[in-house]
Amino acid sequence: MKVLPFLMYSTITVVLVFLLHTTKVLPAPLGKLLSPQHGVWQNAESADTDFSANLKFSNLKGKVDVYFDERLVPHVFAEQEQDVYFVQGYLHAKFRLWQMELQTFAAAGRAAEIIGAKAINHDREFRRLGMVYAAEISLKESEKDPLTKMACDAYTAGVNEYIKGLKDSQLPLEYKLIGYKPELWSNLKTALFLKYMSYDLAGYDDDFEMTNAKNYFSKSDFDLLYPLKQDSLNPIIPKGTIYSKPSIVPKAPEAVDSLYFNNKDVVAVNHIKPNKENGSNNWAVSGKKTKSGSPILCNDPHLGLNLPSLWYEMQLSTPTFNAYGATFPGAPSVIIGYNDSCAFGFTNGGRDVKDYYAIKFKDDNRKEYWFNNEWKKTDIRIETIKVKDSLALLDTVAYTVFGPVMFDKTFSGNKTNGTGCYALRWTAHDPSNELKIFTLLNRAKNYTDYSNAVTNLHTPGQNCVFACKNGDIAIRAQGNWPAKWQGQGDFIMPGTDSSYMWQGMIPMNEVPFQYNPERGYVSSANQKPTDSSYPYYLGRNYPVYRGLIVNKMLDTMQGITPQSMMAMQTSNYNVFAAEMMPLFLKNLTDSLMTGDEKIYFNILKNWNLYNEVDAKGASVFSMLWQRFYESVYDDEFTNAPKVILKPFVSTLADAILHDSAYKFLDNIQTTKKETLKDDLMIAFKNAVIHIKSLNFDRQVKTGLEWANYKGTSVNHLTKLAPFSRLNLPIGGGLHNINAATEDHGPSWRMVVSLTENTEAYGIYPGGQSGNPGSKYYDNFIDNWAAGKYYSLWMMKKTEATDKRVKWHITFNKA
Amino acid sequence: MKFFITIVVTALLSLAACLYLPWYTIALAAAIVALVIPQKPWHAFGAGFIALFIAWAGLAAYISFKNEQVLAHKISLLILQVDSPFLLIFATGLIGGLVAGFAAIAASYIRYRPIIT
Repeated sequence: MKVLPFLMYSTITVVLVFLLHTTKVLPAPLGKLLSPQHGVWQNAESADTDFSANLKFSNLKGKVDVYFDERLVPHVFAEQEQDVYFVQGYLHAKFRLWQMELQTFAAAGRAAEIIGAKAINHDREFRRLGMVYAAEISLKESEKDPLTKMACDAYTAGVNEYIKGLKDSQLPLEYKLIGYKPELWSNLKTALFLKYMSYDLAGYDDDFEMTNAKNYFSKSDFDLLYPLKQDSLNPIIPKGTIYSKPSIVPKAPEAVDSLYFNNKDVVAVNHIKPNKENGSNNWAVSGKKTKSGSPILCNDPHLGLNLPSLWYEMQLSTPTFNAYGATFPGAPSVIIGYNDSCAFGFTNGGRDVKDYYAIKFKDDNRKEYWFNNEWKKTDIRIETIKVKDSLALLDTVAYTVFGPVMFDKTFSGNKTNGTGCYALRWTAHDPSNELKIFTLLNRAKNYTDYSNAVTNLHTPGQNCVFACKNGDIAIRAQGNWPAKWQGQGDFIMPGTDSSYMWQGMIPMNEVPFQYNPERGYVSSANQKPTDSSYPYYLGRNYPVYRGLIVNKMLDTMQGITPQSMMAMQTSNYNVFAAEMMPLFLKNLTDSLMTGDEKIYFNILKNWNLYNEVDAKGASVFSMLWQRFYESVYDDEFTNAPKVILKPFVSTLADAILHDSAYKFLDNIQTTKKETLKDDLMIAFKNAVIHIKSLNFDRQVKTGLEWANYKGTSVNHLTKLAPFSRLNLPIGGGLHNINAATEDHGPSWRMVVSLTENTEAYGIYPGGQSGNPGSKYYDNFIDNWAAGKYYSLWMMKKTEATDKRVKWHITFNKA
Repeated sequence: MKFFITIVVTALLSLAACLYLPWYTIALAAAIVALVIPQKPWHAFGAGFIALFIAWAGLAAYISFKNEQVLAHKISLLILQVDSPFLLIFATGLIGGLVAGFAAIAASYIRYRPIIT
């Protein structure tokens, strides 16, 4: 034996293994990751993978057959009702485990456990939002309902059977790359996932920004900048509808003007916000407008476009019900879809259900706060935030009668001035059982069943659309809506007594709805649900334009077919531009333009108002509008607080359409009195400067195409580019029915014609597998971008030998 | 012949061990073979390196071929910053080869007998 070389080479070996097994020196454990029997190669799924299997589990009550079609959509046939949820959980985990768990970690404020200290602020924010608190309350309420409890228990068992059978080498790719392992699922995780949806859809507020705006501007300017009324609104429930007398008439406190509306305390809070573009379209047309004589229901929820997709397509079939559609990996049931009798869909209600109250604590311990003339005790909840590669962090959150004190001296989110304390009142903290909507809708046979199902929906409030084979159509602006006095909760409210608290919830029988209306259709596109004759206050922030074009098209359409509905759902007509362009063209004078400017003016003039993939005019218009908006408002906001709400697009649009002497057209920083013509000309020149500065890959002349300029992408949840699909050739945009923006858009397009044999179409931007190493990971995206649909197959058990069936998994009782 | 047999045995033993044990047991496998079949140090290194290079690169190439290179494109971009499945497969082989090679040469010195002429 030669000791020295032996020692030297064994040291080299050990060091090499250490380098390749840990992340202490190299950023990735390359040995572990590239070992073909352990690492990422194991996730490279064979193109001809056989998904068939025979599985046995002791938790099953009977037999379940799962048939996968060529798109890898499972058609689940269970003899026993609870088994269908077990298998749903098992399949969600099999194809989407990583995203399911990640979403619940994010919801629970546990991101730092996975990605370390950089997520601490996110985690504190979510703990302080009371997300776990809300999920616990909701779980307790949900488990009172035997059907929901049965579905959740079976679902959880299915997820866990999959996790327990998972070998390390089979872990989803992302676990290997980030370096952690899944924990077991629980019903609380399902509740957390649903609260994450509440956060995403009913978590938007601009109370701090509005408060700052109110404090900065005079009362008359404020009313002009943030009007209560939207002139261009075409509400969900048509104008002129008569409403019954409200059973709750909330009263504003006596000193509301001095303490609230005219109070000028400046706050400066800015925090993580769900995207405001989380909107959607849905509509149902009655048989009198369709070619077949049967109703057609359409829905396209616009959500963040991610991979793996938020949605997973399935058919769930038992002796008691048979439903098909988009499901949420993380929760039982079909969420948006149809059954043998009817179809159902949702758009976001978008009402303000999240208000803040300024809290006066006795001292920094936050154990007592001033309320109704006495010091009242808070409930203290201590949050333990675990941090990867570091010590855990303890965060103390005080709960008041309003809810958790989200912002205080210990937590400003790095953005407040750090002195104010603000408690959050949010409907997502109230007991409710949202899962019940879906378990019941999956079984619904008629309008009564639909009503009984959707009235369980509290938060996030949704416009629930419905159509039935018996010819019925309906829509409900459903939710647990606080009955507010005008302006209540638009700004931060005083929290030292009960006078500013919500005085009740709008009773379910006074929620706006429409059932078989004369006009032959129901629709919603996140616009304000009613006109001002509705007796309750609805707030002010609603998008108007998609609603306008949806209703305008449906008003005139006759002999409707599923094909014409698909064309409408993917329409790139820019109704906003159509409203603005005549005014723009009238006020832009080409004699004042240079040669280059004239080129772009011609592109704009010759544009057909469609945001098609190659429409250069759409890009010019978009830039012109942005520069115009800035030239009108930037001067007023130069010295305003940074955290402030900017006027809505519709406010400026309505103003210039109806008032040629709109006050804010004048630039207050110049002596000249500017007019619409001046502002537009400045905006146009600035837009051209901007266009020329753009660094397109190719020559400007071929780089200005709309899809190129807009750049719609479907990002992997980690934002890793190789797992994402970037810059897709898709048209549409913000005010189009085809609302595909940069990272938001139609996340599931569905058209269901309720003829005797249901004819349904759908597509989502993703694929059935969550594995970036599978060819089923993103295989729907190109067709989605091109506006194509797949024919949805409501399979019958007798069709097991159909050529569309590619694989078969049997689940048996062990 | 001995060299060739060493390569085959090392490769097979590594692949078998990795069915149940962590990836770095390839070092153990290469070392055991180097002990059982004594060779000159650099021959031992060569055999260990070639065995695991072929085993890992070969297995990776086979998996990637069946996968139509879907994942290799993405992972090579992620890890190597270039879109090259070939390079990723090569890197895989290199890692396996180096670990096994050094383990084998270390073990070969345990039974080292200088040749006296």
